[in-house]
Amino acid sequence: MFGYIVRRLLIMIPTLLVISFLVFVIIQAPPGDYLSGIVSECQARGETGCADKIEMLRKVYHLDQPFIVQYGYWLFGLLRGDLGFSFEHQLPVVQVVGDRLWLTIIVTLATVLFTWVVAFPIGVYSATHQYSLSDYAVTFFGILGLAVPSFLFALVLLYLANVYLGLSIGGLMDPDYIDKPWTWGKFVSILEHLWIPTIVIGGSGTAGMIRRLRANLLDELHKQYVVTARAKGLPPGRLLLKYPLRMSLNPFIADIGTLLPELVSGAVVVSVVMSLPTTGPMLLEALQSQDMYLAGSFLMFLALLTVVGVLLSDLALAALDPRIRLGGSATK
Amino acid sequence: MRKSDSNLAPRTDAVTRDPIPHVVSVEPFDPYSVEQTTAEQERYFRASQWQMMWWRFRRHRLAVLSAAFLLLLYASVPISEFLAPYNYQTKDPAHIYAPPQALHLFDAAGAFVGPFVYSYDFKLNKTTFKREYTIDTSKTQPLRFFCFGDKYLFWGLVDARFHLFCPAEKGTVHLFGTDQLGRDMLSRLIYGARISLTIGLVGVALSFTLGIIIGGLAGYYGGWIDDLTQRLIEILRSLPHIPLWMSLSAILPRTWSPLIVYFGITIILALLEWTGLARAVRSKLLSLREEDFCVAAQLMGARPRRIIGRHLLPSFMSHLIASATLSIPSMILGETALSYLGLGLRSPITSWGVLLNEAQNINVVALYPWLMLPALPVILVVLAFNFLGDGLRDAADPYK
Repeated sequence: MFGYIVRRLLIMIPTLLVISFLVFVIIQAPPGDYLSGIVSECQARGETGCADKIEMLRKVYHLDQPFIVQYGYWLFGLLRGDLGFSFEHQLPVVQVVGDRLWLTIIVTLATVLFTWVVAFPIGVYSATHQYSLSDYAVTFFGILGLAVPSFLFALVLLYLANVYLGLSIGGLMDPDYIDKPWTWGKFVSILEHLWIPTIVIGGSGTAGMIRRLRANLLDELHKQYVVTARAKGLPPGRLLLKYPLRMSLNPFIADIGTLLPELVSGAVVVSVVMSLPTTGPMLLEALQSQDMYLAGSFLMFLALLTVVGVLLSDLALAALDPRIRLGGSATK
Repeated sequence: MRKSDSNLAPRTDAVTRDPIPHVVSVEPFDPYSVEQTTAEQERYFRASQWQMMWWRFRRHRLAVLSAAFLLLLYASVPISEFLAPYNYQTKDPAHIYAPPQALHLFDAAGAFVGPFVYSYDFKLNKTTFKREYTIDTSKTQPLRFFCFGDKYLFWGLVDARFHLFCPAEKGTVHLFGTDQLGRDMLSRLIYGARISLTIGLVGVALSFTLGIIIGGLAGYYGGWIDDLTQRLIEILRSLPHIPLWMSLSAILPRTWSPLIVYFGITIILALLEWTGLARAVRSKLLSLREEDFCVAAQLMGARPRRIIGRHLLPSFMSHLIASATLSIPSMILGETALSYLGLGLRSPITSWGVLLNEAQNINVVALYPWLMLPALPVILVVLAFNFLGDGLRDAADPYK
C-alpha cells in the first residue's frame, strides 16, 4: 500500500507537468494577448505614448519572449508559489480568487449534498422496483434534471422565485449584504438564495448518479449471494442495505475525485446566468479577456485538486472494498 | 416413514379392486421424448443473440416508445423545408414578438371549420411601447394543406414552394409565435432540428472511432501503451470542459463558412468525449482477452488486428452501442451550452442552441415565454435518448 502511494505520487509529477503545458497552450491559443486589447483602447482614447507604455509592460511580463520562455517563467513562478498577477483586476491572483473561493466551496458542498440526498433513495427505489410504473416515474424526474438545459432552468426558477417569493434576481445574497462583514442576516440571506443554484447545478449530477446506482444495484441484485441470503430468511430491508447496496456504492466514492472540476466547469454557465459570485464566471471572464495568469493559475489549481482527488478516491475505494487490490497488475 | 407405512397397510374397508394390470408397451421408446420442448421453448433456445436482445429490449416499453419518437424526428430531418410552414429566414415586420396562435377546429359559433387559426389584431401601446396582440374571433383563417407558400431552396439546391401546410391567403400561422424579427418559431425549430440532431450523431461517430481504436490498443496490448493512454485520459479529464471549448473554438477562424464551423464544433465535442468510451473499451478488453476463445485465436496465429476486430469487439458491441446512445444527449446539450456562451454556432445557421441563445434573458421569461419553446424538443430528445440507451443497455447482455 505504501509503495503504491509513493508510486502514484511520483506519477503525479509528470502528469501535472503535461497538464501545465496544456493549460498554457489553452490560454495562449486564441490570437493576441491582454495587452493588445489595451493598446487599441488606449489609442481610441487618443492618448500618446501608448506604444511605449505597452512595450514596457510587455517587457515586465515577458510577453515579448517566445512561447516556451513565457511558459518557463510561469512554471517557475508557480513552483515558488507565485500565482502571478491579474491584468484585469490589477491585483495578485491570490487576492482575486480569495473571496470567491469560499462561496464556491459553499455552493459546491450544498450541491453535492443535494445530489446524494436525492439520488440515493431514488436509485435504490427504482432498482428494487425495476420496470414498475413508479420506477419509470422516478427515473423520469431524475433524467429530467439532465435533459433540461441548465441555463434555461435557472432563468425560469429565478423568475418564479422573484415573482412568488420576492427574492432578488441573481447573486448569492441580497444586494445589501455584498462586501459586508459576515453577520447572521447575511448568512440567512445566502441560505435563501442558495437553493436555486443547488437545484439547477445538482440536477444534472443527480440524473447520472441515479442511473449508475440503479445499474450497479441491478447487477448485484441478480447475484447468487442475494438469493442465498433471501433463502435463509434475511429481512428484505436488512438484506438490501447490508450487502448489495454496499457493493454498489463504489461509483459514489469514485466520483469524489472528479467532482470538483465537473462542478466548476458545469456550473460556469449557470453561474453566469445567475451572476453568482463564484469562481466559474471569473474563470470565464479571465479566459475571454486573456487575463492569462489568472486563468492559467486557476486552471492549474483545479487540475491539482483533481489529480489529488482521484488518488484519494482510489485509496478510499481500496479501504472500503477489500476486493480491490491497488498494487497488483492485471492477470496475464 | 411412518406416514408411508400407514399407506401401505392393507385397507380392509375399501372395496377390493383388481390391481392395475401389468402392461408392457410394444411401441418403440424414444428416450428424447421426455425432454421434448414446446414450440415456445424451442423458439427461445434457438434464438440468435440479436433476437434475444430484441425480446429483452421490447420489455422496456419506454425505450421502445422513445425509439419510435426519435425515428420520427430523424425522418423529419431530410424534409424540414417541406414540413415547415415558412422559410426560416423569412422576416415579417408586421408580426414581431407575436404570441403563438392556437389551432381550432370549431369556430366561436360552434360550427365545424376544420383546422384554422383566428387572425391577430396588432396594436402598439403608445404609453408602454408594448406590442399588444388581440385575437379577433370574427375572422377565421383555415389552414391549407399540401399547398404552395413561402419560397425556399430545397437542400440548398432546388427552388421550391411546396409545403405540408401553409397559412390562409394573406393570413398567418404562427403556432409557436414569432421572434424579435418576426420569424416563425415553429419553422425555425424544424430547421434547427437538422443541425441539432445530426451534430450528436456525427460527434458520437467520431468519438466512437477514436475511443475504439485507442481503448482497443490500450486494452489489448496493456503494458506501456496502456499506461500512456491512461495518463492521457486522466489529463484530459482533469481539465475543465469550458476552457477547452473556449480555446478550441477560438482557434476556428472567423472567416470559415458556417458549415465548416459546424464540423469544427463537432470535432471539438468529439475530442473531449472519446475518453469515456475508450475507458469502457479498455476495461472490457482487459477481461475478454483472457477468455479461451481469444487464446485459441492467438494459438491459431491470428494477428492482433484480426483478434480485436473480429473476435473481441463484436462480443461487446452491444454494450458499446448502448453507451454511445447515452453519450448523444451530452453532445446535444454541449452544443446548446456552447452556442449559449456564444462559442458555438452563430446565426444564419439555426440550431436549437442558437434559438435558446436568443431566449437567455429574464425579459424573455417574463414577456415572451414562447421564445423558450426550443427547450421543449431539446428536453424531449435528451429524455428519449436516455431511455433508449437505458433499454439498450438492459438488453445488451441477454444471457444474464
